[in-house]
Amino acid sequence: MLDATPKAAAKTLVSVRGLKMYFPIHTGLLRRHTGDVKAVDDISFDILEGETLGLVGESGCGKSTAGRALIRLYDITGGSVKINGVEIGQAEQSVLRPMRPTMQMVFQDPQASLNPRMTLASIIGEPLEEHTKLSKVEKLARIYELMDAVGLNRTFANRYPHEFSGGQRQRIGIARALALNPKFIVCDEPIAALDVSIQAQVVNLLEELQDRLGLTYLFISHDLSMVRHIADRVAVMYLGKVVELSPRDEIYADPLHPYTEALLSAVPEPDPSLENTRERIILKGDVPSPANPPDGCNFCTRCPKVMDICRKVEPQFIEVMPGRFVACHLHGQTNQTTNQKPAG
Amino acid sequence: MPDGALPVLDVRGLKTVFRTRGGEVHAVNTVSFDLKPGELLGVVGESGSGKSVTMMSLIRLLPSPPADVRGGQVLFDGTDLLTCSDQRLRDIRGGKIGFIFQDPMTSLNPVFTVGFQIMEPLRRHMGLNKAQAAKRAAELLELVGIPDARQRLKDYPHQFSGGMRQRVMIAIALACDPQVLIADEPTTALDVTIQAQILELVKELRQKLGMAIIWITHDLGVIAGIADRVMVMYGGQIVEQAPVKELFRNPQHPYTRALLKTVPGVLGERPEKLNVIEGQPPILMSEPSFCAFRDRCAYAFDRCGHENPARVPIGAGHDVACLRAPVTGGSRDA
Repeated sequence: MLDATPKAAAKTLVSVRGLKMYFPIHTGLLRRHTGDVKAVDDISFDILEGETLGLVGESGCGKSTAGRALIRLYDITGGSVKINGVEIGQAEQSVLRPMRPTMQMVFQDPQASLNPRMTLASIIGEPLEEHTKLSKVEKLARIYELMDAVGLNRTFANRYPHEFSGGQRQRIGIARALALNPKFIVCDEPIAALDVSIQAQVVNLLEELQDRLGLTYLFISHDLSMVRHIADRVAVMYLGKVVELSPRDEIYADPLHPYTEALLSAVPEPDPSLENTRERIILKGDVPSPANPPDGCNFCTRCPKVMDICRKVEPQFIEVMPGRFVACHLHGQTNQTTNQKPAG
Repeated sequence: MPDGALPVLDVRGLKTVFRTRGGEVHAVNTVSFDLKPGELLGVVGESGSGKSVTMMSLIRLLPSPPADVRGGQVLFDGTDLLTCSDQRLRDIRGGKIGFIFQDPMTSLNPVFTVGFQIMEPLRRHMGLNKAQAAKRAAELLELVGIPDARQRLKDYPHQFSGGMRQRVMIAIALACDPQVLIADEPTTALDVTIQAQILELVKELRQKLGMAIIWITHDLGVIAGIADRVMVMYGGQIVEQAPVKELFRNPQHPYTRALLKTVPGVLGERPEKLNVIEGQPPILMSEPSFCAFRDRCAYAFDRCGHENPARVPIGAGHDVACLRAPVTGGSRDA
């Protein structure tokens, strides 16, 4: 089932099937369970070893929740997640804990995700303390090695997070994530809090580390131009669902889903001659509430190409061309019986 | 944009310092620029480059202390905004000069209705009575594309989405037909599809109302789409300014060049590796007697260390503050 992608030889590292993450809504005096915020609603995809899957969407579409859910930072509502062949979707903590070194995370806000009362060395060393039996000397050697890898000066080892700039703090976060030689790293908007000139530094670092250590990334971002730079394949989320998943060049050159098309056309291009000639699709209105998504296709309330069927029947997420998955009635929904299979 | 027209806003030699426990931070260092009627002037730079502080200084919105506007002149309508009375300034602020702040979530008062907040400047500056103000407020909400305007006046800010709140902010800024609108990162907190809506709205309103706009952003893509002229700020100074097409086609300051190269787009060529500007933006604890960019500049030479370059014109409406600029002209193309 991986035949469609260019990296045919690569094996699947992360396999997500029907992942659901609902947050309950409790109302009234008795705090009765009256509904759910369907932050992630039935998404399926694979991530291949050594690739970067970009996960894009607007705020509130569930991309961060999806990232956290698939390394089990939440107790998920339903579905299955396999990482490196091990099912962790419903696994107990006793199973999860030995799995943790394989899967790590880089958080959005480097300020909030570093303990202000720990020194840089103790922050980077903490995972080593928990998961390895290294001696003090070995541990320090490993900490220095990690600091070198992310471009932090060794003399900083005893400083505290507040002494560093945003870009440097993000490097600390990356060093901590690398400490246990993970295979898979979820990068949750790692550059959103940084300035443009610093963003490029961090993105280049992530790419370089990937080449050297053979890492696999899920790169969550709302910045479509950065995702175009770093990702091999791109998944677009809207209101808790993945609406399109395609290889990078294809999705940017020829987006299939009307939402992808609108999203791409909304990104301002840093070039006035290109910027003034392109056609812009302006979406009307706002994203509906994930507690009360519309019937049929989630995008039907804002879609410029909406049809009658969209308001009644939910489109299936299917492979319409080799390697290109889309959930839209405009694309091949008739032969879904022959084509239907999860994204890979 | 008529070229010879008298500027609506003329800023000369503006200096702002912040007094902090660690000493004085020189946030704005001798900034001079003007704004022509009907023009959209884009201001770009990284955080800490002084772009917001410049704009806040010129209408005296910074709390003092710690801020201290130490020198310069801001001429608007024959008045120097830095020296005029508070009374006169209050007449101008919110009236002839409108301001849109970055964060629509925090810049509206949560305990007043949106209608009240739009009517406030109308009653204060235009002397309208309650009924007239309410009518005008509804018109304004309609103008910025909020459906059901009359009804929504009674709603509170939390009942609006982020994009809608930013529209309300725009409505407030536009309430008294300002001659100058200062927009400080008005779309940074918004999603791209909502940002596209707001940009479209601003373009439309500009044609309809013809005010001059100063648009502060760090997003070069936004600038490319809406600005007539662009100023690039670094280390509290304007390092380059040019008409928008000229700036993108022929950037002359090494910082502008580097900045343009670090930003990938969704169209055109996809570079294999992103260009980076090594190092960090400076924090200036004294008025610089050197080029603030020298530590990160690939073209720095010894003069950059003891001379702060002034802006020199190098083309029509294009000037740049770099010691290498006049000598090398086009030969720095890399």
